[in-house]
Amino acid sequence: MNYMPSGTEFPSGKEFVVEDPKAQTFFVNREVFVSEDVSEREKRAIFDRSWIYVGHASELKNPGDFKTRPVAGRPIIFCRDREGQVRALINSCRHRGALVCREREGNARQFYCMYHGWTYHPDGRLKSVPGDDAYGGSFMKDEMGLVPVARLEQYRDFYFANFDRNAVDLSTYLGKAKDYIDIVIDQSPSGKMQIISGTQEYDIRANWKLLVENSVDDYHLISTHSTWLNYMRNSGVNVTPPKGELLPTRGFGRDLGNGHLTTDNPNYRGRPVARWISVYGEEAKADIDALRNELVQRLGSARAARVADTNRNLAIFPNLVINDGSSVTVRHFYPVAPDRMHVTAWALGPVEETEAQRARRLHAFLTFYGPGGFATPDDVAALEAAQLGFAAWREVPWSDLSRGMGKAPDEQLATDEGHLRVFWRKWHELMEARV
Amino acid sequence: MNEIVASTVSRAEVEDLFYHEADLLDSWKLDEWLKLLTDDATYYVPPNDKPDADARYTLFTIADDIVRLRERVIRLKDPNCHAEFPLSRTRRMIGNVRITGVDGDVISVAANFIIHRYRHNDLLRVFVGQYRHKLKRQGGLLKIAERRAILDAEELGLLGSVSFIL
Repeated sequence: MNYMPSGTEFPSGKEFVVEDPKAQTFFVNREVFVSEDVSEREKRAIFDRSWIYVGHASELKNPGDFKTRPVAGRPIIFCRDREGQVRALINSCRHRGALVCREREGNARQFYCMYHGWTYHPDGRLKSVPGDDAYGGSFMKDEMGLVPVARLEQYRDFYFANFDRNAVDLSTYLGKAKDYIDIVIDQSPSGKMQIISGTQEYDIRANWKLLVENSVDDYHLISTHSTWLNYMRNSGVNVTPPKGELLPTRGFGRDLGNGHLTTDNPNYRGRPVARWISVYGEEAKADIDALRNELVQRLGSARAARVADTNRNLAIFPNLVINDGSSVTVRHFYPVAPDRMHVTAWALGPVEETEAQRARRLHAFLTFYGPGGFATPDDVAALEAAQLGFAAWREVPWSDLSRGMGKAPDEQLATDEGHLRVFWRKWHELMEARV
Repeated sequence: MNEIVASTVSRAEVEDLFYHEADLLDSWKLDEWLKLLTDDATYYVPPNDKPDADARYTLFTIADDIVRLRERVIRLKDPNCHAEFPLSRTRRMIGNVRITGVDGDVISVAANFIIHRYRHNDLLRVFVGQYRHKLKRQGGLLKIAERRAILDAEELGLLGSVSFIL
């Protein structure tokens, strides 16, 4: 028997994800990265049924504040109404469909459709219609507000939308992923984090699922990110793996249920809260110690160590990643086409950070992350190289995600692919459910 | 332009510096390029949605002090800098050069740039924006103390990564 299926044969019918526990193999058919048909089915089977990240409460400080952004392919106004309630409204005039808000962000007393002049309150209610006496008696102004997303729920200020009215509630959906969000938020003495000003928005000419894999795949670190490792080494950080190990520390990949997954790694690369590395400079040592002491006093030493001495790259199914490593990134991404995704990324930090702490966090962010960082551009290059290779998906149809297949769930290393398989099983389940 | 500026530096001298720098960057002579900078130089690419922001409070695309800038050059020269291997071909056009002010020994200058970037297996990407640099005269030479490349694009979008020096 061959290790891998050859040609375009599908070993168990036409299934895109083929798992064989006995042979300890797990393959994904590369058609899923190139097919228009698969991409269309994903929109209905995954993005219209899952909880999709919209934004963070801290982005809307005052009543009337708004941000416009696409969510699951829809133009959305994420806003705080005059009474302070956070809303996600579909940015399309009820009259003839034009965007009623064409700015990226701002503060609005009303949303005004420039086409025919219909205006809406920040809570979505229709405010005025020029010449409304031309409508018949059936025109009900109070039913003609901007349409809200079917469901909008939040967990600790992270807002998600669901276009399926019958979806399970967000808390149930997130399940064990909430424990990892809590670890990230425990950096803040008040339990309040904020999205920091400045947005990184860039396209990657690759299928969106590749970034889910890449965000949590520690196997690629040494080969893809050697120049970042050199930078750390040159700066006095010990990044040499112990003998027999692939990475400087041994971390794990975790299945959090419902398609969510995370890496869970002992830190070696420094953490603004609160583990000093030489990159921060000697003058930062006392401040990092103080942050650490605050953690211990508030949380106890065990939980403080959990917060300060471990990293996690958390993937919330399907398209939100929170990287809590050199700094904290919140990034989501959506497919523009089978071979192109749009990525939006922010930095997240405790609201009470001092100016020096905030500057250190942002500096640490840019050592690794983002389109100008020392690592992310090489991830982008890797994903785009993979996408180019997929042009031969008919001749070389299978991608191999078998690392660690023989191991128990709690033995899956972050350099194995057990946690990547969590994503693919959920993806497969949802795609099959719609066929 | 006030008289102090006029006596300190001429626009032709600033243009010479810009054109020389552009040639070094387009030729990937990055060690020579570093010599155009002061020993405490900084390099900023602000985020597209906050072009006038301060890197202490705002997440930038690039915010390098001289230590990290030298590391960036080390990285760019390494064939394992995959985002720039094979190296992209860039050609930058610089115009509208102006001296915008002088404060003590700091000369503020501005210029518009268009950088065409070609790369094997990739689309043409065009980076358009404005340089806002701070220059200082050291040992008779005009050097760059702060280098700020502000992109006009509303978002990076298909520009993708900013993996070479803008």
